[in-house]
Amino acid sequence: MTDQSIFLSASKPRHDSDAATRRALDDLRRVGRLRPAELLFWGAALASFLVLPGSHLLLSQTAILGLFALSLDLIIGYAGIVSLGHGAFFGLGAYTAGIVSVRLTEEPLSGLVLGGLVAALAGALTGPLLTMRATDLSRLMVTLGIATLLHEGANQLTWLTGGADGLSGVTVAPILGLFEFDLIGTTGYGYCLIVSFVLFLAARRVVTSPYGLSLRAIRDNALRARAMGIPVAARLVGIYAFSAFIAGVAGALLTQVTMFTSLDVLGFERSADVLLVLVLGGVGYLYGGLIGAVLFTVLQDRLATLSPQYWQFWIGLILVVIVLIGRDRLAAVPVRLRAGLSGRKAAAGEGEA
Amino acid sequence: MSGALQTIGLSKRFGGLTATDDVSFTLGHGARHALIGPNGAGKTTFINLLTGVLSANEGTILLEGEDVTRMPQQQRARRGLGRTFQINQLFGAMTPVESVGLAVSERMGGGGQFWRRLGKRTDIVDEIVELLRQFRLIEVMDEPTARLPYGKQRLLEIAVALASQPRVLLLDEPAAGVPEAERGELLDTLAALPRDVSILLIEHDMDLVFSFADRISVLVNGALFAEGTPEVMRNDPRVQDVYLGSDNHV
Amino acid sequence: MIPILIDGIAYGMLLFVLASGLAVTLGLMNFINLAHGAFAMAGGYVTSVLMNSHGVPFLVTLPVAFVVPALVGAVLERTLYAPLYERSHLDHVLFSIGLTFMAVSATTWAMGSQQQLISLPGWLEGRFALFGIAIGRYRAFLIVVCAALVVALQLVLTRTRFGSRLRAAVDDRRVARGLGIRVETIFAATFAVGSGLGGLGGALGVPMLGLDPTFPLKYMVYFLIVVTIGGTAGLAGPFLAALIIGVADVAGKYYLPELGSFLITLLMIVLLVLRPQGLIARAR
Repeated sequence: MTDQSIFLSASKPRHDSDAATRRALDDLRRVGRLRPAELLFWGAALASFLVLPGSHLLLSQTAILGLFALSLDLIIGYAGIVSLGHGAFFGLGAYTAGIVSVRLTEEPLSGLVLGGLVAALAGALTGPLLTMRATDLSRLMVTLGIATLLHEGANQLTWLTGGADGLSGVTVAPILGLFEFDLIGTTGYGYCLIVSFVLFLAARRVVTSPYGLSLRAIRDNALRARAMGIPVAARLVGIYAFSAFIAGVAGALLTQVTMFTSLDVLGFERSADVLLVLVLGGVGYLYGGLIGAVLFTVLQDRLATLSPQYWQFWIGLILVVIVLIGRDRLAAVPVRLRAGLSGRKAAAGEGEA
Repeated sequence: MSGALQTIGLSKRFGGLTATDDVSFTLGHGARHALIGPNGAGKTTFINLLTGVLSANEGTILLEGEDVTRMPQQQRARRGLGRTFQINQLFGAMTPVESVGLAVSERMGGGGQFWRRLGKRTDIVDEIVELLRQFRLIEVMDEPTARLPYGKQRLLEIAVALASQPRVLLLDEPAAGVPEAERGELLDTLAALPRDVSILLIEHDMDLVFSFADRISVLVNGALFAEGTPEVMRNDPRVQDVYLGSDNHV
Repeated sequence: MIPILIDGIAYGMLLFVLASGLAVTLGLMNFINLAHGAFAMAGGYVTSVLMNSHGVPFLVTLPVAFVVPALVGAVLERTLYAPLYERSHLDHVLFSIGLTFMAVSATTWAMGSQQQLISLPGWLEGRFALFGIAIGRYRAFLIVVCAALVVALQLVLTRTRFGSRLRAAVDDRRVARGLGIRVETIFAATFAVGSGLGGLGGALGVPMLGLDPTFPLKYMVYFLIVVTIGGTAGLAGPFLAALIIGVADVAGKYYLPELGSFLITLLMIVLLVLRPQGLIARAR
């Protein structure tokens, strides 16, 4: 729970006379309320565009990774489904955008939307496999298996995907006919930022809706949710498809910004990397993926210069250390820091959130 | 006349054990019906069959005359079958407002709306507040459920079930584990449940059973053993035998 | 047809030995250990290094390929794995992927990224004829050794005190503790044996599966398939699953090479969707 007294005046209840109604409304609106730190975050993102023109190529990668991790947060953090194959949707989006560009149109928004839709369709079709009578382990294996199938498929369908050589010849026309992609990546980064921001807003809207509330309930206690008449499987498939859509768009962005795509977009390492990104930033509050992507990029930059060929070792070590320390304990650190900075004691519930 | 909820020849076996044995039972409209029986008589199995947590080996379940025997849980719930759980099944991280609000919005068919903000529909909010007031949860309405006192959680358990406006409500030992100081509050709210809801109460506490029920059924070894008005049951020597003999009277 | 069947059976039995440790960790500790392949890789490298750098005979390296990963497994179980048993499956996955990545990288650093080659003793090379069918000697050797291991494992589980305690601990940890069984010791010993078997499998697999630092990632899916399809109720399920997968994979690669590992993965998905608890589920 956040400190509510600050916000009491912010909402305008209809029944000012009725204190109970006001409290109830206030409580319902709590999760959707805009927090100052959120403005700070997006302000910083905008600032990075303006003051770091030399890093736009790198920042595009960060934004794409962040969007991808955000999509994973929707299914791990909000639907409670552990996936080892989320790269499947990223890769589908990446290849779809590439193929659209090579064969249909060079107009970027069509490739972007189609990439998302194809991934969403795949999510809607495979989602039911994960919700039937699945266990965590069978979900891991099914997601991993689907990603493996796609990887193998992309490898074999050389005429369509370019196979192991990757799909080359991707060209992208100016966005809306106005903004041409440039070599230093300024248009690309602006494009990635705007798309990420729009999809973030959509995701935020969804998780703070009545539907989002029902997802929280399902994660908390699926037995009760069923007894309440909530169609649990359908709700989970819904968020799974939405998450796949966002992952697909992230993949499409990567293809369009780099004008190339290859088999590694579907690789296991990518699914594992995005898990690390999400875990670095924290699961279950939407910003985890975005913050994790920033941390990941910084780490990669530092560690890769240290020993480029053993980068994977450091990823592994970080994962192991995070788990051994405990993710919940790490998540409590910023709360304590903030409490320390403001000189107040942290509210009792904050550590548990 | 099929009643609000009816079972015909309902049976459930686990391996060699028959947990529910050919039970034919009718819950009348607007009834206050209690199902009692010694520990291990199969009361909870019976509830789980009715709600669809378990599926029956044989027999039929009719909800308002409609065959729901093969329906999954959430469809029975959507057709008006509500329940509470013997052990609280609540959303620990959510507040009472959110929990009751979820049930209300699901009932109104708004649970799948992914583009509406929470707290925009004042009709829902009014109903939430009304329910919370009825179940004396106003003071704690915006605290995380996991931190509520046990008695309040027990009340919320019923409030959430009632928020779905069930036609039939199954109460599985609502008073279990409630401390003496918080009991009165619970019994008052039970007595004040709307009359048009048909209620099946499963309970060990005989004082509660006799104060609440207008009809009592006794389940022994998974089978219906006796049924009648509280007066008849109180004086039935066989029932006293089962209860006193089994040494499980609470 | 029959040579493919024999090839498949040899491959399947090898898979079983490789994956049996994983089945036990899952069944006993409910721990999803994606790093199991790293222990198998360790066994493979023990054999490769002993043979190529020290001239130790193949058969002599096998016990060492069991013991070294077993010791490493015992130490890691006590220090790193045990504190995580009660955590979520997501934590298991994150931790063991991390461990796998570290193992892959560290092995590349220490041994280089090239394939490890070993030269088998003469009596294991070539083929011999049985009822007119040419059978690879090493395939036959694998079948015999793995079958002996399967029988030995089954006997240990069903006939020894350790086995009965292990089964008690799998059924109900709390009750087992109440009976005075030292569950922690059993966990550690079982984890060690499982890692050792993985190592032995890795060593036996060098001539058939190859060995390089990416081994744990390349075969992770196969081990997991064996266990998830077989179920964790006992060893019969994984054994059956390993044979099915071994034969199906060899036959698939022979008859439909362009499909690669497509068929196996598809088979796994279908089986898992139909039976999420595996072929032989635990009785509840």
